[in-house]
Amino acid sequence: MNFKMVGRILSLILAVEAVLMLPAVGICFFDKDYFVAACFGVTIVITAVIAGILAIFGRDARMEFYAREGFVSVGLCWILMSLMGCLPFYFSRQIPNFIDALFEIVSGFTTTGSSIIPNVELLSRGLLYWRSFSHWIGGMGVLVFLLAIVPLNGKNAGFTLHLMRAESPGPDVGKLAPKMRETAKILYIIYIALTVLDFLFLLMGGMSVFDSVCTAFGTAGTGGFGVRADSIASYSPYLQNVTTVFMLLFGINFTVYYLLLLKNFKQALKDEEIHLYLGFFAVATIIITGNIAKMYPSIGDAARHAAFQVASIMTTTGFATTNFDNWPVFSKTILLMLMIPGACAGSTGGGMKWARINILTKTLVRNIRRMLHPRRVERIRVNSNVIDEKVVDNTSAYLAAYCAIAVASLLVISFDGLTMESNISAVIACFNNIGPGFAQVGPEMNFAIYSPLSKIVLIFDMLAGRLEILPILILFTKHTWTVSKR
Amino acid sequence: MKIIIGGGGKVGGVLVEKLSAEGHDLTLIDSDRQTLERSIENFDIMSYNGNCASYDVLIQAGVEEADLLIAAAASDEINLLSCFTAHSINPSIKTIARVRNPEYSTQAYTMRKQFGLSLTVNPERHAAAEMRRLLKYPGFLKRDTFAKGRAEIVELKIDEKSPLNNIVLKDLGSVIKCQALVCAVLRDGKAEAPNGNFRLQKDDRIYVSAPSKNMSVLLDNLGVVARKTKKVMIAGGSTISYYLAKLLELDGIEVTIIEKDEEKCQELSRLLPGATIINGDASAQDVLDSEGIRETDALVSLTGMDELNIIISIFGNICKVPQIITKVSQLNNNYVTEDLSIGSIITPKESVAYTIVRYVRAMSNQAGAAVSIHTIAEGQAEAIEFVVDANTLNAGVPLKNIRLRNGVLICGIINGVNTEIPNGDSVFNEGDSVIVVASVGTVLMQLNDIFIV
Repeated sequence: MNFKMVGRILSLILAVEAVLMLPAVGICFFDKDYFVAACFGVTIVITAVIAGILAIFGRDARMEFYAREGFVSVGLCWILMSLMGCLPFYFSRQIPNFIDALFEIVSGFTTTGSSIIPNVELLSRGLLYWRSFSHWIGGMGVLVFLLAIVPLNGKNAGFTLHLMRAESPGPDVGKLAPKMRETAKILYIIYIALTVLDFLFLLMGGMSVFDSVCTAFGTAGTGGFGVRADSIASYSPYLQNVTTVFMLLFGINFTVYYLLLLKNFKQALKDEEIHLYLGFFAVATIIITGNIAKMYPSIGDAARHAAFQVASIMTTTGFATTNFDNWPVFSKTILLMLMIPGACAGSTGGGMKWARINILTKTLVRNIRRMLHPRRVERIRVNSNVIDEKVVDNTSAYLAAYCAIAVASLLVISFDGLTMESNISAVIACFNNIGPGFAQVGPEMNFAIYSPLSKIVLIFDMLAGRLEILPILILFTKHTWTVSKR
Repeated sequence: MKIIIGGGGKVGGVLVEKLSAEGHDLTLIDSDRQTLERSIENFDIMSYNGNCASYDVLIQAGVEEADLLIAAAASDEINLLSCFTAHSINPSIKTIARVRNPEYSTQAYTMRKQFGLSLTVNPERHAAAEMRRLLKYPGFLKRDTFAKGRAEIVELKIDEKSPLNNIVLKDLGSVIKCQALVCAVLRDGKAEAPNGNFRLQKDDRIYVSAPSKNMSVLLDNLGVVARKTKKVMIAGGSTISYYLAKLLELDGIEVTIIEKDEEKCQELSRLLPGATIINGDASAQDVLDSEGIRETDALVSLTGMDELNIIISIFGNICKVPQIITKVSQLNNNYVTEDLSIGSIITPKESVAYTIVRYVRAMSNQAGAAVSIHTIAEGQAEAIEFVVDANTLNAGVPLKNIRLRNGVLICGIINGVNTEIPNGDSVFNEGDSVIVVASVGTVLMQLNDIFIV
């Protein structure tokens, strides 16, 4: 393991994080909230000092960098970044418990949106902004951001691919342009452009600038932290519909936008994953609308809430316009089921990704056919391209790891005495980076009721879910930490 | 520049390494997923799985916007078809094809318009030409010429009896009595940039730059016997053997080729009426002995197997053959080959890759781009020739007042009349050619990159 090189990457990430905290300081000064500004200041200094120490540690790093170094860097980087990111909450005593503060920022960076704060309107605006901004940073990924701005070239510059593969969601991550830096830039330009567009649409609907910025960040990262206690419910129907549309847009694979920019409409429109994603969105919305129609004054209202909630759950955002915990069990079950596939690969959304569901379904069909014709040879195709068997294998292994972690987490948190429905939805909501669950962790409740141990388990689930398990699991293998003797 | 490389084999692999280091946008097409995986994990490039001659694959790889296609797949036919297809899709694209089969070389040249070919390269012929240059000047392990043949960098191995053994470099002039500069030393497999206090030792391999006209003086004063090569023995009847024999025939050198396969012998004898073709196993001691390995002036090991070539060359060394050349195509272990007494080592894929890199540099058409580039010291250093132009910094400033980047050395200045091995007072002016030696990590795209600004 090349720890020095890992240290160098961590130091760069922390430096980037310190810079990204500066706007929050500005907001604190604007509000004359000097105490919180000082808390941010202290955090920035600590972060910079640690970055400096890591930079010194990694100054004479060898350039050897392989897949495992990539995974370890990404895993450690997210943990370290969260440890630094939670300090302003902790120092300002607005979240007095350290575990709670960590839970909150991990929920932010992983774009989960689960909160332990009973009433967010009591937080100071600097902290509210930092909470929402963490969604935006985590959505596309900090390392991808780093790849876009810092020239990490060297003798074997291919190592940047390991970083991107470890951080970007999806079964088969590839480049958009020959140079990694270009690829990262394209992704971030699309991301920034869509975020700005969302912000402008919200602003036009009469939302305040601060609320628009935070809501746009929450939507873009498919995170779900709101600035009001009732999430999006008290905003106008126009603002809710804008948010529905943008949540859906951010849940689409960004490669599709790139293909559209290149005017390659044919390839962009035939993407199977998007057909699945939008198809399930439409079907679920129609069914739920019918199911909840009686609860709302008009069918239009019911459709608006149903579409918003389905989009919010599918893209793993977790905003709410209504307390969907009061919906009929049938609708709630559909929402729970939609939590698991989540959004598209290569988007900012979480979950298992429709691309994986697609591959898994096709594998299942193939294996059934194989039982009928044992000698049949058949390759799995997606978008009429043959998928490498390695990807198929990895997808099956991913499913196994996914189930194992979900079951183990459920077991641990069930000690706390909450209802089964709460526990199951809490694990699924955290692991798939959604946010609110049902019953005691429903949209109007929060996660503060869990014990510290359960919170740590859920923090692990959020990180594992965002980084797609492997970068976090690899930190728990002995092999990772063996230092070469020579 | 946007470059597509078809085929990530031997030549393709070296090209990916060199061209990605120079900052080009590379896309590699190969039909083998493992090759692609290895390449994208090591280099910042994009990859496509498929056949590089297929229309669809080329379109996907972005041939419409590409500036250059280098077809280096396994077969000549695929390479030519690939260039032809690419050129039909994008008429402004430049293409380079590797064409191995001598039967195609004429038509590749005469039909270069139809195929859209800008350059064809033949690794075997390149290797043969390089071997011929070495055979003309026995005593040097490697020889690179610059500025249209007016300056050279030669590689020498210092043995016990060499007059250079135990000499401190600042006393070099008194030994060799002509202008020359040691620009790199390879000791224990590591290249070093020597200063004036560096003491040469037995088994060092040194790289000396000198004006071409001084070469014979240099040879004399170093005690290297510059006898003319008259008889050459080639072990193995490969394509390179054919090219080499053909070239040596022009020089009036007597060639013996030993080849195991009888059909190949028949074919060689048909193609090379002047050469002696022996049907026998070149790895068998008695065959080499009976064909006069002890009388030959040079032995060239060119069988298809690296291991066999090395063993044949070691045997040649035991038989005290004055000059030995060994072809090593796959082995990527300089530490091993450098320690063996197998004479000069030629790696065909590298020499051909450098030809292409040179072409690409010329194509980028940057102000002050390198005119030519040669690797020395087992690929650990590069000797690059630049032309000083109006934009070059520090023109007319004595070298002792210029700060150069670490690991960079100016080891030749060639102006209209004179080839000068520089000292602290030397200057270069617009229009001069400058030879720079740099360690391979320092990418020098233009002459100004050598200065600390």
